[in-house]
Amino acid sequence: MSKANREPLIHITKRKEMDWKQAWIIRVISIVCALIVCALVTMVMTGQDPLSIFGAILEGAFGTERKLWILGKETAVLLCVSVAMAPAFRMKFWNLGGEGQMLIGAWLTAACMIYLGGKVPSVVIILISLIGAIAIGAVWAGIPAFFKAKWNTNEVLFTLMMNYVAIQLVAYYIIIWENPKGSFNVGIINQSTRDGWLPYIGSFQYLLNILVVAAVTVLMYVYLQYSKHGYEIAVVGESQSTARYVGIKVDRVIIRTLLVSGGICGLCGFLMVAGTDHTITTTLAGGRGFLGILVAWLAQFNSLAMVLVSLLLCVMSRGAGEISTDYGLNQSFGDILTGIILFFIIGSEFFINYRINVRGSDKVIKEAKSAGPEGGLH
Amino acid sequence: MFDLFAFIPRAIVQGIPLLFGCTGETISEKAGSLNLGIPGVMYVGGICGVIGAFLYEQSADGNVQAFPAIAIPLLACLAGSLLMGLLFSVLTITLRVNQNVVGLAMTTFGVGIGNFFGGSLIKLTGSDVPSIILSSTSAYFSKTLPFAHSTGIFGKLVLSYGFLAYVAVIIAIITAYVLKRTRVGLQLRAVGENPATADAAGVNITKYKYMATCIGCMIAGLGGLYYVMDYASGVWTNDAFGDRGWLAIALVIFTLWRPNVAIFGSFLFGGLCILYLFIPTGTEMAVKELYKMLPYVVTIIVLILTGMRNKRENQPPESLGLPYFREDR
Repeated sequence: MSKANREPLIHITKRKEMDWKQAWIIRVISIVCALIVCALVTMVMTGQDPLSIFGAILEGAFGTERKLWILGKETAVLLCVSVAMAPAFRMKFWNLGGEGQMLIGAWLTAACMIYLGGKVPSVVIILISLIGAIAIGAVWAGIPAFFKAKWNTNEVLFTLMMNYVAIQLVAYYIIIWENPKGSFNVGIINQSTRDGWLPYIGSFQYLLNILVVAAVTVLMYVYLQYSKHGYEIAVVGESQSTARYVGIKVDRVIIRTLLVSGGICGLCGFLMVAGTDHTITTTLAGGRGFLGILVAWLAQFNSLAMVLVSLLLCVMSRGAGEISTDYGLNQSFGDILTGIILFFIIGSEFFINYRINVRGSDKVIKEAKSAGPEGGLH
Repeated sequence: MFDLFAFIPRAIVQGIPLLFGCTGETISEKAGSLNLGIPGVMYVGGICGVIGAFLYEQSADGNVQAFPAIAIPLLACLAGSLLMGLLFSVLTITLRVNQNVVGLAMTTFGVGIGNFFGGSLIKLTGSDVPSIILSSTSAYFSKTLPFAHSTGIFGKLVLSYGFLAYVAVIIAIITAYVLKRTRVGLQLRAVGENPATADAAGVNITKYKYMATCIGCMIAGLGGLYYVMDYASGVWTNDAFGDRGWLAIALVIFTLWRPNVAIFGSFLFGGLCILYLFIPTGTEMAVKELYKMLPYVVTIIVLILTGMRNKRENQPPESLGLPYFREDR
């Protein structure tokens, strides 16, 4: 057989549909591979054996009751952002503005706490800042959505730039609010009066946040799966022309969905300032706006998967934090491990969507098929 | 008073990293790959150059020679950015994963690598210097022509930069020429516009996409190198590079995928970035923070305007962001 006519060594075909069990086995294998690579990288950096590295990661994430609560808080924040991203994403609208939407919600909450503190009851401050944070987050996402719907403006860059507008706005107010002067730091707001602080449930400071995020996650699941809006979002995401054909007002759906998405980000900012941090910095979001998109994508809009992926990433980053503290390394170590895990899970999607046929293995199947009926006749 | 002759050179120096990033991203986008990992790639390029220079300075023991001082960081930077380019290519071209997702993950990863090695390099190599200050290698990067300071205003505006700045401009001009006037450029654009047609015409899609993404990443990585070794005089500070990578991506749209326009576009953006230093604000420190918003607001306005005008020749490559699978119909 001449070389040109030979069947290629590797031939890739698209899979029709893979059953979810097999898909999850592939995903779990990819996570295990990622963890092995993470351990190897850590080994090179610290010179420790892999078992003690995993020990340190688990210690850092679950070691004490306090660490457990911090893990819960961090997971709740990441989960909240991913839940916010899910509807926009399902519509194939790239909302890279999660950072800014969180930050602007946080900014409004901080502003309410500072300007209303001591003037009205704490409950009123909480209510005003809650509504305000959701509204301003929604507006922050709604502006790019409006231009996308009207003039098909590039939403990737628009939402991205809105982040920096929010960051600079917050930087401006941090200088105005700074306490003490010249520190570029707002400090704990209303430390003595606790005006505008969310109440603790029992003695647990972080529990309320976790519960709120859990409720939002469930509501979003119901919204996407069972509501008319959720259906419209899915149709617009699959094909805008189909959506128009069946009478869905595409621009209205785009704007409405982004208002929801931004509103939840704003809520997340509110929870962080009023619930846990009680202060505001420009790095409050800390890259979670972007990470949330990846979580939503990796989980394929499956709410339970979103919880698991958020938890996995938070465990790894908390654990990496512990390792970096132990060995005097930089805290960004966690970002490297997060990146490795993400690349592996992202790469595994290929094996879920495509089948690899190696030359030869195909022939065996063909022969078996052609032999099959004859064998049955005899 | 607004000092224009002090302002322009600083705007250009600010613009050079953006120009590198923008040229690299343009090449990549022309082949249909929207690489949102450019900010990460630029961090990796910068830190790889720093690692190369750091190891060289440590081993040279004060006896730093011109050629290795430039070659080692340069090669380290190119190698690091190439690896990032390959990572993006393997995931998006061979494994056909969504480009935005890979790009975002690469940015998280790349910035993490930059900050991690920037913060831990001294600890990892076990040396006893207090911080990473590569002044002797950096001196070679920022060396200007000997007569630059004796030629008055012309020298100050045109000749007072390190060699990488001129490299950036030359690369942008060559890229513009190759994309517009050569066969390779034509085929590259065909791959980005309609890969199925290009494939039918016998163009090797995979090869073009790999080459465009990897070369694009290497050029973008130089932007990081220029920033640390020349602009920052060899001092690595975590997160100092900031969001220049995102601005470089925005600049691609601003310049409508034309690297020759990007030369002036990047200087303009560089100027917007430092305008706050030149506008007198008196004692109001806070207002400066609002002026820093300018480049982003301008980008938004440009985005809206290009979206509204909707001219045919100003559109992105048609298959930008889409993976190509021959059997997919």
